[in-house]
Amino acid sequence: MSSRFHSVLASLAALIAASAAQAAGLPHALRVCADPDNLPYSHADGSGFENRLAVLVAKELALPVEFTWMPLRRGFVRKTAGEGLCDVFMGVPAGFERVLTTRPYYRSTYVFVSRTSPALASFDDPRLPALHIGVQLIGNDLAATPAGHALAAKGATANVEGFTIYGEGPATQRLVAAIAAGRLDAGVAWGPQAAFFAKRAGVPLIIAPARAPRDLAQLPFEFAIAIGVKRGEKDLRDAIDAVLARRQAEIDSMLAAYSVPRTDVAGGGS
Amino acid sequence: MRAGVGPLCLLLALPWAALAAERNGDWPMAGRDTRLTRFADLAQITPDNASQLKLAFSFDTGVRKGQEAAPVVVNDTMYVVTPWPNHLYAFDLSKPGANVKWKFDPNPSASAQGVACCDVVNRGVAFADGRVFMNTLDGQTIAVDAASGKEAWRTKLGDITKGETVTMAPLVVKGKVLVGNSGGELGVRGWIAALDATTGKVAWKAFNTGPDKDVLIGARFKPHYKSDQGHDLGVTTWPTDGWKIGGGNVWAWVSYDPDLDLVYYGTGNPGPWNPDQRPGDNKWTSGVFARDPASGEAVWFYQWSPHDLHDYDGVNENIVVDLPWNGATRKVLLHPDRNGYLYVLDRATGEVLAADPFAHVTTSYGVDLESGALRYNPQKAPEVGKLINDICPASPGAKDWQPSSWSPQTKLLYIPHNNLCQDATTMETSYIAGTPYVGAEVKMKPGPGGHRGELTAWDPVARRKAWQVIERFPVWSGTMVTSGGVVFYGTMDGWFKALDAKSGKLLWQYKTSSGVISQPVTYLAPDGKQYVAVLDGVGGWAGAVVSNDIDVRDGTAALGFTHAMRDLPQHSPKGGTLYVFSLP
Repeated sequence: MSSRFHSVLASLAALIAASAAQAAGLPHALRVCADPDNLPYSHADGSGFENRLAVLVAKELALPVEFTWMPLRRGFVRKTAGEGLCDVFMGVPAGFERVLTTRPYYRSTYVFVSRTSPALASFDDPRLPALHIGVQLIGNDLAATPAGHALAAKGATANVEGFTIYGEGPATQRLVAAIAAGRLDAGVAWGPQAAFFAKRAGVPLIIAPARAPRDLAQLPFEFAIAIGVKRGEKDLRDAIDAVLARRQAEIDSMLAAYSVPRTDVAGGGS
Repeated sequence: MRAGVGPLCLLLALPWAALAAERNGDWPMAGRDTRLTRFADLAQITPDNASQLKLAFSFDTGVRKGQEAAPVVVNDTMYVVTPWPNHLYAFDLSKPGANVKWKFDPNPSASAQGVACCDVVNRGVAFADGRVFMNTLDGQTIAVDAASGKEAWRTKLGDITKGETVTMAPLVVKGKVLVGNSGGELGVRGWIAALDATTGKVAWKAFNTGPDKDVLIGARFKPHYKSDQGHDLGVTTWPTDGWKIGGGNVWAWVSYDPDLDLVYYGTGNPGPWNPDQRPGDNKWTSGVFARDPASGEAVWFYQWSPHDLHDYDGVNENIVVDLPWNGATRKVLLHPDRNGYLYVLDRATGEVLAADPFAHVTTSYGVDLESGALRYNPQKAPEVGKLINDICPASPGAKDWQPSSWSPQTKLLYIPHNNLCQDATTMETSYIAGTPYVGAEVKMKPGPGGHRGELTAWDPVARRKAWQVIERFPVWSGTMVTSGGVVFYGTMDGWFKALDAKSGKLLWQYKTSSGVISQPVTYLAPDGKQYVAVLDGVGGWAGAVVSNDIDVRDGTAALGFTHAMRDLPQHSPKGGTLYVFSLP
């Protein structure tokens, strides 16, 4: 009896919340576009930090959460939100033009990943062209990660190995595994991915923030990450903004649990 | 009557099929013949009567993505393949209104849609020996029995989990089906494969990057220029292991010359590296291979755009033509490249006889005929953080995949093409698969004159244009020409047009409901009349703003093409209808 009574209460609460949500111009659910296999962000089993953040935001908005699983690759906004499949991306760069963005909820950086010897921490390291270094390859015309541009500018091309987003598991997982196995000396990858896989590599690996080389100071290596909302859904964006402001402390500890290197607050990294 | 002669039909099936392929009134493959002339020796429709062309029948395929295919006609049946989900229709041309004889659904994987770079197009099927050969977006080649519409075999060649798709039209040569892959932007290594037309078994497969043994480079390989001579250039012209994900895909046309017994095909751009990260010529991307169709062995190679800086690819058609050249007859290939030059190549050796600009070019100064090298303009090379204006041609090239036609009567090449330039800066923040990166912010715009498309009739012997027609949008359809002296093509704002092949004068036009980016064909039906067929359905890279509902405010979408195509939605809705015309 009692549990049934609770569920009725819960339904009532949900109903009230839902009507409140409708009044605020919100959709019937938090419809999240999510990658099924891209840890630490997202996985079809819900184990990514963006999946957990989605659950947290939905709870705060008193909306059910619905995931649309599709690899977030080239053209992902068009192929997901653009096709009406979902409305929200839990992680995009702040100011990303293809969507409306919320306030950033963390800021991270590209990092060097290396074994304890030789440890690599700078693009100005004279050993750079001789080391075998892995980078992420994006697969968009003429495009590269800032690290890819910096390595090329420093003459490190002959011994650089690219990891494409297509293949078994996330590119950074393969990259870090190659370093751990000694096949590569080092890698330069986006912090949240690099730190997550480095921690699970089974051997001690060093993570050091990658700073732009002096002569390429305009190249950004740090990016602030926000939640992206389909264009036109301003009410939803504003509602999520309010949740992020309210729950930042909880989000910080969640990110720390995934070893996300932070440049905005202390914590994360490992 | 036909029903009564079943056993006889069986007996005659093979010889009849072979005969049928030779019939003048058929259009058995996308390029009309293995030389890719798109020329039909049909003369009922002429400049004098073309104005009387009327719609004979139409058919809505129900698919609303970019329709790039050529209808194929053999033995009184027409075969049409749609974009993904790649439905294959057979129409009975002996019946009034050409009712559907059968429909074949290959059930390609839905996830292939998410992988294809620009639109989910298919460039057509090929007919040979009683079978229709088709490719599916998810990387399968399928043989379908032409009479029954039943599947004879299917072979999976591509792996979409690696970003590999297939969009090109297969070519059947001496019992082998030639197929190549797409996906260079995603780091897919390019290849061409030959499948046994009877069984679907892979007879040979040649990669376009990597060690000589993978590229099928051996004793017979004799490239004309020094820059293509050497051991394992497909490895040594790349950074470490760069060739493994180096692109060089085969996503457009394959031609075949029965005289020299060689197949020719262009290779795609190097990928997915930014140019600074892949110093070297990046063999064998953005060039052309000649191979032996029986063994796949490479015979020669020439590189249109070594170390391709502008995503120009090298996949455009190589049309097999014999030309009078300095007092002799030369066996040549005609190739209008994305980089803006019309190449005349000796097709036995790969020597460049001429390379003349057919469009506005700022990225290079021409081709050095001594070394074969494209002379790049360093001012237009991409550089991190630097805005570079007026890169002409833009990334889709002076001309993309849309195929030209050749008339042996007028001796003119009818080139459908673009007039696009772009401004580019490589500092835009972008994001894929959880990784922020620095993308090229590319904004395409009309070239000189303010229009975006042109149809140029080119005289390759005089090395100049004979005439030119200007179009508002890029001419993204193929052209087709007849011995009646008429050229056909379509526009992205939905006009299907007939021009006088000699003068370029507009003879007739018909307003289709969507834009035309497909390949027109012509044929003789059982009633003895000449018909002209074309599909509408705007899309492809140029038309993605319509077929993919791209927000026109996002100028950098579709790799910057949207900026140049903002007004397309006002001129063309989505479509996917087959139109067939004839004289009254």
